[in-house]
Amino acid sequence: MSAPISAIREPLITGSKSYHTITEDICGPTERTPTTAWVIAFIVAVTGLALYVFSVTWTIWVGIGSWNLNRTINWGWDITNFVWWVGIGHAGTLISAILLLFRQKWRTGVNRAAEAMTIFAVMCAGQFPLIHMGRLWLGFFIFPYPNTRGPLWVNFNSPLLWDVFAISTYFTVSLLFWYTGLVPDFATVRDRANGLRRKIYNFVSFGWTGSAKHWQRWESLSLVLAGLATPLVLSVHTIVSFDFATSVIPGWHTTIFPPYFVAGAIFSGFAMVQTLMIMTRKVLKLEDYITLEHIDSMNKVILATGSIVGVAYLTELFIAWYSGYIYEQFAFYNRVMGPYFWSYIGMMGCNVISPQIFWSKKMRRSILVTFFMSIFINIGMWFERFVIIASTLARDYLPSSWSYYSPTWVEVCLFIGTLGLFSTLYLVFMRVAPVVAVSEIKGILKTGGDQYVGPNASHGHSHHDSANH
Amino acid sequence: MKQETTQVLYGLYNDEEVLLHAVKKAKEDHLDIMDVYSPFPVHGLDNVLGLSESRIHVAGFIYGLIGALTAFLFMTWVFTRDWPIIFGGKPYFSAPSFIPITFEVTVLFASVGMVVTFYTICGMGPGVTNPTLDDRITDDKFCIAFDVNDANESQQSALRKFFDETGAEEVNVKTI
Repeated sequence: MSAPISAIREPLITGSKSYHTITEDICGPTERTPTTAWVIAFIVAVTGLALYVFSVTWTIWVGIGSWNLNRTINWGWDITNFVWWVGIGHAGTLISAILLLFRQKWRTGVNRAAEAMTIFAVMCAGQFPLIHMGRLWLGFFIFPYPNTRGPLWVNFNSPLLWDVFAISTYFTVSLLFWYTGLVPDFATVRDRANGLRRKIYNFVSFGWTGSAKHWQRWESLSLVLAGLATPLVLSVHTIVSFDFATSVIPGWHTTIFPPYFVAGAIFSGFAMVQTLMIMTRKVLKLEDYITLEHIDSMNKVILATGSIVGVAYLTELFIAWYSGYIYEQFAFYNRVMGPYFWSYIGMMGCNVISPQIFWSKKMRRSILVTFFMSIFINIGMWFERFVIIASTLARDYLPSSWSYYSPTWVEVCLFIGTLGLFSTLYLVFMRVAPVVAVSEIKGILKTGGDQYVGPNASHGHSHHDSANH
Repeated sequence: MKQETTQVLYGLYNDEEVLLHAVKKAKEDHLDIMDVYSPFPVHGLDNVLGLSESRIHVAGFIYGLIGALTAFLFMTWVFTRDWPIIFGGKPYFSAPSFIPITFEVTVLFASVGMVVTFYTICGMGPGVTNPTLDDRITDDKFCIAFDVNDANESQQSALRKFFDETGAEEVNVKTI
């Protein structure tokens, strides 16, 4: 199966773990009383969640008029946030699916938490188009159900409808993939528990026994789901980019959008994974499983995708000039030099220039630098979506309707609120589920544990080990 | 049908490589293994046990095909028969713009179908309790189990001898 292990390959699990200590380390945090750090974080997160509930209620009660959107700029922070959150979700699927197909073993340390991030991020993303409908209670109109109006069907030619299918499929498949991975680990937690706790984990572990045939099917299922999730994740952000690219608005109507959106999504998603992982490994003391090697690997992905995004920005500018089409040229001139020039600077600075620091190995392996960079990148990627949406709409074909947009407090609170929603869900997940895939970590122990590989290996390079595979 | 209870003689091993050797030996000795349990998928175990390859991906393909046909034919029916509308001067049957939804529904059907199939054929589901032999099997023990309902004394002692020879750490009997 796997290739022989290179002697220079760095260990992925440090601290000479045994199978039992892996179980202890990862399941332990769900069994102990929460730490003070967790409680403080949870209070902050729930405050954010309360803000979210309040601003959603306000928006529905008062109406979309409580936002500062106007007739010229009819997409603002809402769609910016939507695209931002969906993009963040993409890294989870990339880590869990694409890296599984590529047999990248370092994924096992971070895949569980990254997939959880995907699911929570997509939940946050889904809020915005729904609330933006204005009459949320008629939201079911987006589904093609038989109705008494003809039946009048939805427009299957519209990219906005494609989005409905893409996002809901993405959410469902991610959830199934994540949960199927969790079932054996819930069984591990179940078998360590007593009383009510055992009953609860018995319920959620679906009666898992660890039988050889079940494991075989489980692996087969995971592989096929990964194979399906890979084109799916690429399709989702492609379709999100179609919301813009299939329009006839200069600055949006470009064929570069799908690949550039996908690269940007992976870029921002990995940044969010870094933000979460750096905190999680510290709080739950998982430094032996989420090592500097993992952080280094993810920073390499960030550097690569950040540079792709940078090339895309420059290509857009070049093609706009080269097209000789004045509306296109104006749209891009306006992006760089127009009323929203500050967000263009934010985007370029955070997304293109700052990640170049990761060419240095020392920087890639610095936790402090990585943490701040991950925040920068997420700010930059938010600006990118804002630049695309607001600056383009603010200057349309008709100068008499040119306008400027800045959010109201409701829109700002809504965005902060989704951060609260996301953090609350993630913190609950940290408490109730193993944040690292226990069974998968055990599976790579003999090829990734520091007692087997790397400079401090004591078991030598177990020849029969690699010969067996 | 299966009997209400089964008496199981099982041995626990500490390492997956010891387990693999034991399973190989059991096969050589023509012992009838009931099942093997492990905390993680042990590579090569299905070959040694002689398990046939899982066909779950075939099921997935069929579900996906059903999804693709459902989506594509439904959209075609809506826009050519049920309520034809011209969008942007394009033909009623504009296949390229049906592709995104067809793809999404294909993936959705294949994934949901496969996951439901997986839990059904494994006899698993929310709230299901399947009997387990030892709590440490999901932690760090690897287990070979024999059904000894109809085994006589000498067969049982042969199995115990097998466990002893192959390096099992513990041998127990449990009725499940």
